[in-house]
Amino acid sequence: MSTNITAGGAPIGATTTVPDSRGRFGDFGGRYVPETLVYALDQLEAEYAKACADPVFQAELDELLQHFVGRPSPLYHAKRLSQQVGGAQIWLKREDLNHTGAHKINNTLGQALLTLRMGKKRIIAETGAGQHGVATATAAAHFGLPCVVYMGEEDIRRQAPNVFSMKLLGAEVRPVTSGSRTLRDAINEAMRDWMASVADTHYILGSVVGPHPFPRIVRDFQSVIGRETIEQCRQRLGRLPTMAVACVGGGSNAAGMFHPLIEHREVELVGVEAGGRGSQPGDHAAPLTYGSPGVLHGSFSYVMQDEDGQTSPVHSMSAGLDYPGVGPEHSYWKDTGRVQYTSCRDDQAMAAFDALAATEGIMPALESSHALAAALELAKARSPDDVIVVCLSGRGDKDASEIARLKGVKFG
Amino acid sequence: MNSIDQLFAELRSQQRKALMPFVTAGDPDVAFTAEALREMVRRGASMCEVGIPYSDPIADGPVIQASYTRALERGVKLRDILGMLGQTAPSLGAPAVTMVSYAIVYRHGVEKYCDQAQAAGVAGLIVPDLPAEESPQLLDVCTKRGLCLIQLVTPLTPRDRALRICETSTGFVYYVSVAGITGERAALPAELAENVAWLREHTKLPICIGFGVSTPEHVKLLAPAADGLIVGSAIVRRVAEAATRPPAEVLKQIGDYVASLAAALPGD
Ligand SMILES: Cc1ncc(COP(=O)(O)O)c(C=O)c1O
Repeated sequence: MSTNITAGGAPIGATTTVPDSRGRFGDFGGRYVPETLVYALDQLEAEYAKACADPVFQAELDELLQHFVGRPSPLYHAKRLSQQVGGAQIWLKREDLNHTGAHKINNTLGQALLTLRMGKKRIIAETGAGQHGVATATAAAHFGLPCVVYMGEEDIRRQAPNVFSMKLLGAEVRPVTSGSRTLRDAINEAMRDWMASVADTHYILGSVVGPHPFPRIVRDFQSVIGRETIEQCRQRLGRLPTMAVACVGGGSNAAGMFHPLIEHREVELVGVEAGGRGSQPGDHAAPLTYGSPGVLHGSFSYVMQDEDGQTSPVHSMSAGLDYPGVGPEHSYWKDTGRVQYTSCRDDQAMAAFDALAATEGIMPALESSHALAAALELAKARSPDDVIVVCLSGRGDKDASEIARLKGVKFG
Repeated sequence: MNSIDQLFAELRSQQRKALMPFVTAGDPDVAFTAEALREMVRRGASMCEVGIPYSDPIADGPVIQASYTRALERGVKLRDILGMLGQTAPSLGAPAVTMVSYAIVYRHGVEKYCDQAQAAGVAGLIVPDLPAEESPQLLDVCTKRGLCLIQLVTPLTPRDRALRICETSTGFVYYVSVAGITGERAALPAELAENVAWLREHTKLPICIGFGVSTPEHVKLLAPAADGLIVGSAIVRRVAEAATRPPAEVLKQIGDYVASLAAALPGD
């Protein structure tokens, strides 16, 4: 992985007042969708503005986050891991301990409340790793709403336990067989469903991607991660961390961790994309590292495209990071220099998974293992006074059988 | 005067309506697309819509999606399509517009795309993922080159917004018949003709109805309310057979189908 990340004195330029009223983070974002969806997006934007001004909404969400999700999630000092690495202290923001095992539930409960407020009667979602699908199915079951989850066939194969969970939770999982049969195609299919069902259906998009206002809404719901981290660091350490590191698929756990920290310029922020097998086109899923600005799924942002604007094939062993696009706010943070983006290969993420399991007794999701791998590398060059917080976005149980396959182990 | 404006001025003065079939460029290859365009115009099409294949078309149903996938798998590039249009459009005898994702236009370069489309004899652009709010820049570039930028209105578009969209649309406005994706439909919404008629009273811009239109009965029913009808998936489904049957047979079948729709237009 590339670790030549500039130390200290984080560049300025990014503000927290984005997006503007048209959903722009600098040049990025916007709303590149068929006219049919404009109605639903306007409705969502208006309802969200009303909810933000309504203390009842915030109280309902806080109540759910505390007693249903189990927040605040712990901030854990991984001492044995830190010792083994030598260098900075590594602390883990334990989103893996949330109900349903990942950060995704922070967003789905918020959007499910918005669904009820809009009077919509049905929920749809896309999923890659299945964590967003499970979190959406959970929110739908909690509120008694029917739920359809679109999932690529390849992801159904590699995240089988989550597929079964969604079904147990009463959701219908619709396999997507078009294109690469992964997250990107699942989003296409969910959007097509929504085109015909906008009047009574809400689409709970699972990351900070897509047309305005999704990147903003999902970021806001996930920002509880960064707010808690700031509070916990102040209480436990008496200061803010030196650095925060998070993996970037669409970028929601990273946006949730980073957004509250943006204005604290002394804190270095590092986003980690999927480096896959290497730097050749098709071998990775790292648009901020290797891509260029373009339009995908309703938003202007960095994307992996060919010279005609056709979306390029991407690869990551991690289904949640196997996506050719990225949220527009990350593109903004990249271009303003406020966040440094790097990438980490499949094998490096796997090694970080093994290290955390062996030293701390925690199995991280393969997605989160990417953030961890980059953090371990960065920690080596720092002193024990430095504190690196890693967003441990999810738990690894869902990946056990895929890890066995990748390691060539047969069981069952 | 743009050839689309000319066409509708002429049709309106004769109280006739336009028929606009859609075909995916490069399915199965651009040579077939060129033949199909000529055949459709020969058999009664007044305008043609050429779909530029895109990898992630969220407004399209399975038939058009599959045609885009076929074309892209066979390696068709934008330059092949614009090249084919340059050979075909000027002598087609009917305006041709490209249906193209903004992802492609942006990547190619907004000005470059419009320059090359204009040079190829294209009359306008339909950009289905560029709603009115995002379109001022492209509209400006199109207008400077005499190209139309055709905007879409849907059953979910509030009326005041529909009127605003008509103000920024040039050539005609595309009235999407249903809230949903492209694809043939047996029945179209009952209130469709009425809604189009309302809009037609409130704008001078010609209105063409598309999405789901596929039978002569649809044409008979809807033509009086609008200025034209757009037929997509029903043609693309027939083109799909060109991969496995003699192309001449498929071309004739498409021609017969277009002729059957043209015959259902009033005043013909
Ligand atoms: C545990 C976990 N982390 C990270 C991600 C990537 O998504 P995002 O970048 O939106 O956080 C996923 C997506 O499925 C996930 O399940």
